[in-house]
Amino acid sequence: MADDVIIKVENASFSYGKKPVWEDLNLEVRRGECLSLLGPNGCGKTTLLNCISGSNYLTSGSIKIMDKEVSEYEVGERAKKLGYVFQEHSAPFPYSSIEVVRMGRTPHLGFFESPDEKDTELAYSIMEELGIAHLAGESYTQISGGERQLVLIARTLCQQPDILLFDEPTSHLDFKNQALVLRNIRKLSERGMTIIMTSHFPNHVWHVGDRVAMMGYDGIIADGPVDEVMTEENLSETYGVPVRIFEGKSGEKRTKFCDPDLD
Amino acid sequence: MKLDGIEKKTSPFVWGIMIVLPFLFFFVSLFLGRYMIAPGDVAKILLDQIPGVNIKPTWETTAETVVLRVRFPRAVMAALVGAGLSMSGAAFQGMFQNPLVSPYVLGVSAGASFGAALGLLMSWPIWLVQIVAFVFGIIAVAITYSMAHLYKTTPILMLVLSGMVVSAFFQAMVSFIKFAADDEDKLPAITFWLMGSIGKVGLEDLAHSAIPMIIAMAVLYAIRWRLNVLSMGEREAESLGVNTERIKVIVIITTTLISSMTVSLCGIIGWVGQVIPHFCRMIVGPNHKALIPATIFVGATYIIIIDNLCRLVSITEIPIGILTSVVGAPVFAYLLRKTKGGWT
Repeated sequence: MADDVIIKVENASFSYGKKPVWEDLNLEVRRGECLSLLGPNGCGKTTLLNCISGSNYLTSGSIKIMDKEVSEYEVGERAKKLGYVFQEHSAPFPYSSIEVVRMGRTPHLGFFESPDEKDTELAYSIMEELGIAHLAGESYTQISGGERQLVLIARTLCQQPDILLFDEPTSHLDFKNQALVLRNIRKLSERGMTIIMTSHFPNHVWHVGDRVAMMGYDGIIADGPVDEVMTEENLSETYGVPVRIFEGKSGEKRTKFCDPDLD
Repeated sequence: MKLDGIEKKTSPFVWGIMIVLPFLFFFVSLFLGRYMIAPGDVAKILLDQIPGVNIKPTWETTAETVVLRVRFPRAVMAALVGAGLSMSGAAFQGMFQNPLVSPYVLGVSAGASFGAALGLLMSWPIWLVQIVAFVFGIIAVAITYSMAHLYKTTPILMLVLSGMVVSAFFQAMVSFIKFAADDEDKLPAITFWLMGSIGKVGLEDLAHSAIPMIIAMAVLYAIRWRLNVLSMGEREAESLGVNTERIKVIVIITTTLISSMTVSLCGIIGWVGQVIPHFCRMIVGPNHKALIPATIFVGATYIIIIDNLCRLVSITEIPIGILTSVVGAPVFAYLLRKTKGGWT
């Protein structure tokens, strides 16, 4: 159904100065889909995400969010539709975590308004859902990287957007925190949220998401359901190095994973 | 509600002290001085001004003149300058995400100094000197802003760098005027003016400067929560639906108004915008929702105290710019050490 399409990228090109990053790129995302974007360093995954979020501008072509050109949205209106979860970073001011989450209410507030008790309750309940309510009073600069990433996810959810964009949500995180973040992304997807995430870890695609798009230096190489697209051929072509896929079983649990072939 | 107490909040007692102190020192500065007036008389003189209240004078008419025409405008101006510069400093530090920036970073003080130096060199009347100083303060910031403006946005780094360039240029112009000025008469006048004094502020100055300053402060106060969002960085703020350019313009206009008013009436009063916000963050935390009100009270108290020191510690009045720097720089150094370069 065409009206299910919530993000539509058509003949999009982007270049830094004269150097094109990608050209004539086409991509459609339907409501409720969870799309992972894979690709080598510098292929323009994050740039694509930035263009979809409206913070970078296309050189040519069009990106429509709910049938409206992304560049035509007023910032506040756009923030109600699109939530962007940034890579975990250290903030300059040691605000309490709940204050950071509460900032997600900004698009719903008037210019001179600040969040009230209802906003605080919403922020807290979202933190409870993500299992980080105990951090509410903690200083945002003094919690771990994984916790900070979850606070940023909570803040984005506080915007109550239709679409969530994640830029490498698990980079810089250890195993436990990777699991924590991925589990929450999966939960959001199961609840029907539309999600696009970029990742440097092909293995994560099997954990989260029903669709994967692989990008090379000339745009999208393969795009489709995870089981169809995650093949040794596609991965090898995308990364330019032989990649093997293994299937494993431990107890009842079956899992797939891939690894570059170094020999 | 269950969410009460989830965040560390400053106790009402501490807030109470912060709010009372400026009023206390304001009152003190009305009776202290070479011409001592009994605190009771000061209270009666003030009450007598309220329409409908008539108190039988127990004081000399000189006392009334000193309190109402000299000390009152001076103390009000001190409070406005302290509150205004401190608030502007806090807003700038949030916007630039840098603890060292002050309201002067965009070149206001250098521009206003040039205007004043020019006016004094030309022997213009003092009211004209003030206007010229004010206008050049605004011109300097306008140049900085338009230099930094690229492709519909004004990157913060560009603003700082342009501010440095514009400041350097106007400072050189001030030096040039000083070099050209007659060293018997005009050079000292310019030098003293640049060192700053609140002493020359009269009721008339107050009448035309208080309202714009208060309006500018009210606007900054009203957008204080958005400063939190802006301080997360421009890109993040935009993804949260903040029109960052609009906020930057509002902050620049209000702070420029406050600081150019200050510089044109009182000369250059340095270090207030760095020290007070830093100090306030230690008391109430980094959240601008509490920080901005705190800077108003603490900043007002600070400048009222400093201005009293200026007129009381020696026979000739000490220029206030000297004291705020002598006190401010070491205090700031101490605060930096204590917070290890952090924010609270």
